[in-house]
Amino acid sequence: MRFAVFENKIIPDKLLDSPQKTLQISSIEKIPLQKKNPSYKYNQELQQQLSGKQLLLDDLAYPLSEIHQHYENGHLQYRKGIIIEKSKHTCNRCGNRDKHLFAWFPCARCGEKCFYCRKCIMMGRVTTCTPLLSWTGPESQLNVKGPQLHWSGTLSIGQQTASKRVKESVLNNKELLVWAVCGAGKTEVLFEGIDAALTTGKRVCLATPRTDVVLELTPRLKKVFPNIPVASLYGGSEGRHLNAPLTITTTHQLLRFYQAFDTVILDEVDAFPYSVEETLQFAVRQSRKQVSSMIYLTATPNEKWQKECNQGKREFVTIPARFHRHPLPVPHFKWCGNWEKQLKKERLPQNVLQWIKQRLDSQKQSLLFIPKIDKMERILPIARQLHPKIEAVHAEDPLRKEKVQAMRNKEIPMLLTTTILERGVTFPNIDVAVIGTEDRIFTESALVQIAGRVGRSSHAPGGDITFFHYGKTEAMIRARKQILHMNAEARKKGLIDY
Amino acid sequence: MKNYSLVTYNDFAKEMIAQYKFRGDYVLASVFAAFMKKKLSSIPFDLIVPIPLSDERLYERGFNQSEALIQACGHEPRRLLSRIHTEKQSKKSRSERIHLSQVFQIVQTIPDQKILLIDDIYTTGSTLRHAAKCLKEAGAHSISSFTFARG
Repeated sequence: MRFAVFENKIIPDKLLDSPQKTLQISSIEKIPLQKKNPSYKYNQELQQQLSGKQLLLDDLAYPLSEIHQHYENGHLQYRKGIIIEKSKHTCNRCGNRDKHLFAWFPCARCGEKCFYCRKCIMMGRVTTCTPLLSWTGPESQLNVKGPQLHWSGTLSIGQQTASKRVKESVLNNKELLVWAVCGAGKTEVLFEGIDAALTTGKRVCLATPRTDVVLELTPRLKKVFPNIPVASLYGGSEGRHLNAPLTITTTHQLLRFYQAFDTVILDEVDAFPYSVEETLQFAVRQSRKQVSSMIYLTATPNEKWQKECNQGKREFVTIPARFHRHPLPVPHFKWCGNWEKQLKKERLPQNVLQWIKQRLDSQKQSLLFIPKIDKMERILPIARQLHPKIEAVHAEDPLRKEKVQAMRNKEIPMLLTTTILERGVTFPNIDVAVIGTEDRIFTESALVQIAGRVGRSSHAPGGDITFFHYGKTEAMIRARKQILHMNAEARKKGLIDY
Repeated sequence: MKNYSLVTYNDFAKEMIAQYKFRGDYVLASVFAAFMKKKLSSIPFDLIVPIPLSDERLYERGFNQSEALIQACGHEPRRLLSRIHTEKQSKKSRSERIHLSQVFQIVQTIPDQKILLIDDIYTTGSTLRHAAKCLKEAGAHSISSFTFARG
């Protein structure tokens, strides 16, 4: 679409009474905001849908004339979909600046050459003639009255400390990193902080890179906050327009939000894709109100963050021990020679084979992590000679869910897997090994997470974690050191009994 | 009417075409065109005509996917047809599509020409047949069609 630019306002071409000179919105130097008309009878449904968001006209089912009237009365803001500076494009929704991820086409909406962002096109195309719409009228009331938390569980001492810090940060609009070992019970640590936020009328967002985690957290949080609406957002989910006091979302869906939240909690900061994708960091920034609190949760902060913590440059709190007060299993390093060469001869290194046999003989379930799918496909037939029910799983596997379920049901003695099962998945009593730990896909944080699969349950708090390798890496050494350090800290603080 | 298609409308083609026309990733036209060009050179025609979109649909999508394919193949699309606005084809059932009344109109008459119609997908063939009928009545010599995928 095009806009005519007047002294203090802009008007869409379709709403002009007489022909005027018009421009793509990206070519308008400055888009004037309108003075808020306090007596304007605004559309309350529109308010619900647009508060704290940045949406496209196509996302809304209202006539342009009605939308524009809200702009004229200072209740709505048009922003450029794409910003052009010195002929460089930046997508104003997802922050993309990569030249290769912009393309152009002859646009029927503006009749010009129109550039569009290919990076966030899944959420509707943003072009140089696309306005992003945001609400600038009165904020919709959340109607949360009094404390909302219905939970009778107890927190471990480690959790209590963290919970208190989370609450303080929420109330004082600060940033905090919660560094909690795998199995510490991170989610419970958030309950009081979320409750404090809700009670003081704050809007809370819990964001995670993975849809699986959204699906897992939603029922847990609905259960402990039963009397408030909870929005659960992921690609293809319903309820996109629900304006809830508590939103649980994938980081990707955050791209539709704009200055929406008083508190953002970001789970698994280190997990793919957040740590690698600038887009998602941009999304988190955009979604926060200017004054807001930010809680980061992770079991494995990256090197830079660990350094910042040690140097006192980053506020953080640790939960160094698991809820069941047993130490974290420490990985064993075992050299297994050139395992890839052995694989070519359809053989596995002797010590790996031995490790597998021992688990099968003692009927203990196990996970075997393998760096690449093609290697996994070579290992599977060898492993199946030992037990026909051994299965393999990877991200694109159509039977992924079924296989994981079969593992849970103890129908499978051993599951070969790529890094997809490195986090989020809990099997109560397993041993874990990694083959080819020297591969660069196994970063420090991946290895800490993998080791964290062992000994999760209080009924079976121990277990073996072995890294088979063809040359030790820095990541392996750092991962082991991190685990030992957490155990030592936990012991010092009296959080381990065994 | 003779129809040519390049690929089967399998899951991969489906995903690619959805990305192209529904999400509007225009650059994919040149990806499809890379496959279509060779075939196109073996089909005899005088004029190459895109299946048109209604004005409403064109505004919604921002571009006509068939026209973009023709351009990406290095030809000049001839807009001989226009289309009356109806519900999306992809939202209709097979029987609804086959028994649909004429949605095309002639914009410009150029008699006695070999016309090649271009569309992205051939599903029931009813869209192309309706368009062909319209052109035939307006005096076309012969009509064939070429689509990227066939369902």
